Amino acid sequence: MAEHMPVDKTFKLFIGGVFPRSESGRTFQVHSADGDLLANAAQASRKDLREAVRAARSAQAGWADRTAYNRGQVLYRVAEVMESRRAEFTSVLIDMGHSPGDATAEVDRSIDRWVWYAGWADKLHHVLGTVNPVVGPYFNFTFPEPTGVVVVAAPDDPPLLGLLSRIAPVVVSGNTAVVATGGPSTLAAVTLAEVLATSDVPGGVVNILTGEKGELLPWALGHMDVNSVDLTGAPDGLEDEAVAAAADNVKRIVRADPEGASPYMIGDFLEMKTVWHPIGR
Amino acid sequence: MAPTDNPHEPFGIDYAPAPESTAVVNIAKTYGHFINGDFVEPSSGATFPTVNPATETHLANIADGSAEDVDRAVAAARAAFEGPWGQMPGSERGKYLFRIARQLQERSREFAVLETMDGGKPIKESRDLDLPLSAAWFFYYAGWADKLEYAFPNRSVAPHGVAGQIVPWNFPLMMAAWKLAPALAAGNTVVLKPAETTPLTALLLADVLQNIDLPPGVVNIVTGAGATGAAIVDHRGIDKLAFTGSTEVGKAIQRAASARRIPLTLELGGKAAHIVFEDSAIDQAVEGVVTGIYSNQGHVCCAGSRLLVEESIADSFVERLRRRISTLRLGDPLDKNTDVGAINSADQLQRITDMVATGVSEGADLFQPECDLPDKGYWFPPSVFTGVQQSHTVAREEIFGPVLTVQTFRTAEEAVEKANNTPYGLSAGIWTEKGSKILWMTEKLRAGVVWANTYNQFDPASPFGGYKESGFGREGGMHGLAPYLHERADLTGGGA
Repeated sequence: MAEHMPVDKTFKLFIGGVFPRSESGRTFQVHSADGDLLANAAQASRKDLREAVRAARSAQAGWADRTAYNRGQVLYRVAEVMESRRAEFTSVLIDMGHSPGDATAEVDRSIDRWVWYAGWADKLHHVLGTVNPVVGPYFNFTFPEPTGVVVVAAPDDPPLLGLLSRIAPVVVSGNTAVVATGGPSTLAAVTLAEVLATSDVPGGVVNILTGEKGELLPWALGHMDVNSVDLTGAPDGLEDEAVAAAADNVKRIVRADPEGASPYMIGDFLEMKTVWHPIGR
Repeated sequence: MAPTDNPHEPFGIDYAPAPESTAVVNIAKTYGHFINGDFVEPSSGATFPTVNPATETHLANIADGSAEDVDRAVAAARAAFEGPWGQMPGSERGKYLFRIARQLQERSREFAVLETMDGGKPIKESRDLDLPLSAAWFFYYAGWADKLEYAFPNRSVAPHGVAGQIVPWNFPLMMAAWKLAPALAAGNTVVLKPAETTPLTALLLADVLQNIDLPPGVVNIVTGAGATGAAIVDHRGIDKLAFTGSTEVGKAIQRAASARRIPLTLELGGKAAHIVFEDSAIDQAVEGVVTGIYSNQGHVCCAGSRLLVEESIADSFVERLRRRISTLRLGDPLDKNTDVGAINSADQLQRITDMVATGVSEGADLFQPECDLPDKGYWFPPSVFTGVQQSHTVAREEIFGPVLTVQTFRTAEEAVEKANNTPYGLSAGIWTEKGSKILWMTEKLRAGVVWANTYNQFDPASPFGGYKESGFGREGGMHGLAPYLHERADLTGGGA
């Protein structure tokens, strides 16, 4: 029997539920920790970012309108698909220089992390919302709502756990995400995109761009249809002036522990809405 | 008695003047900054006047804060944070806040009269809204000071340190109370800057702080205009910034604060939709719309400045609105019968005048009731624009004055579309007797506060703040504590 010739994967972007190449035609090389060439990944451009924001905006209202129970199930389904691809995630992490033991441990934690966040979808209101005892005959309550479209600068380290730990708290409440990745998390991000594409997550809810985060972030920070930017994984060289542009539409800027997990981290991407109604006959 | 045509005297009887006495108020000739427990001269020696906008009479000279003054205030706040205030158990901190609340209640008449003299708002509002709410704000947060660990389950929290707080001129004392109470309850110390046109009640509050023996440096008050505010924003010793004011200035502060990565909360402008359905309690809705835009002369960030009325009732609703507006009593803010007081400053009057002129030139129809404006002072009559297009400036930009625009809609979906068609997102109003429609609208409106079958209600237990360009962070309630605390490094969240 003839030896099987491996079919190498083409690493592309993930925008609106499909896998385009960069409109710029640019690629960048991804090497293993040993220096082997693993892929020519698509290098996202400013226009790709805009296209991803458009896809995220189009998907946002529908995603937020899902019931919390449904969003929780859709996200749980992502963990199921990740579990079925655990060998692939593990091998990606080994390629990036993890020992087999460390790679397995990070994949385990990543899947568990995602399941943990999925369960928050229909519990957020309990923990972050309030009923308020105001003076006067009014019923008054406060509940969380998603802030809208969030651009996430994914952390390089830990490559898979960091990526998932920053995406999950954004989308669980009904936000949609544009994720900028690069460097060591590129392969994990592309593999995650394939998981999302084969799960029940609607197209546009999570969009993944690979390339130079430092090139994409200034455009994200200045984009008037982006509500929030998570700079947890932003490169050190990001200019103050670029971050200052976030004020043009009063964006919510978030910086967090790349490995942390907390309902308060979901809260970073929420708005609180307070409703008053008179009590009477 | 025969009814007359004069809406102010429907039965031929005029209201007798009922001015509140100013004897209760003692205004000094000159005020210094309040730093480290004492009033001190400004380093530059410079002062600026504050005037009564209803009479244009000079009230006092106010210290003009320099960067050096801000530096002294921050140093005092730092020392207090690292000293007595930072070491004090929450239960003791809370008692100081309770004392402030009680003194505000006891001296509320004095504060209300001073607020009205310095800012021009009707005494019935400063007496019935600003003062009770200011006291309530301190009372509410006083009780949180020793219960912080219950506000954030599974999280260990600590104060930031020195908070810089900049407050506006529309509710001068109340905005100071909204900022000071949660900051102090959480254990921070404060450098506060009141607005340059309305500094007097904050300075009277300093007198209260002295009387209750608040440790020196816990609250420092530096007066001045934009340059003083900028000195606070730029000061390296400030650990947290909070600002209430215009979206334009808020954006500038966000830009300045972003490079320093310090926590920031912003409560900015609004252009709230006030939505009236044909199945609403019409008379109540008329009252709500009038309260929503004409209280405090429309100097309210959450004012219901855009009336969206269902087309089927638009004509009759606008007619009722005009009739009601014609009965509003404009004049001496110290008169207990006054509904509409003075515009806060000559600058603000000019802005409102220019905006209304723009509305007329762009083709909207202006209605103003016949009303006599006093000769002295800054006044603008209650105004309604009909025939308003979404593209009109008056329908898009915040006017911060007694000016309402009227647009119509046919379906709830259209109302939502029009309501959300703004970069702002502070508040919204809904009038309908159908409960399910209220809740449906509530979910669709992109605004931080939704008043259904009421408007302009505030309470210390009720979180307040904006979506989108109306800012971020909440004031009031448990949510209002969060901006003044950070997670201690010795405990990181829960989670898998």
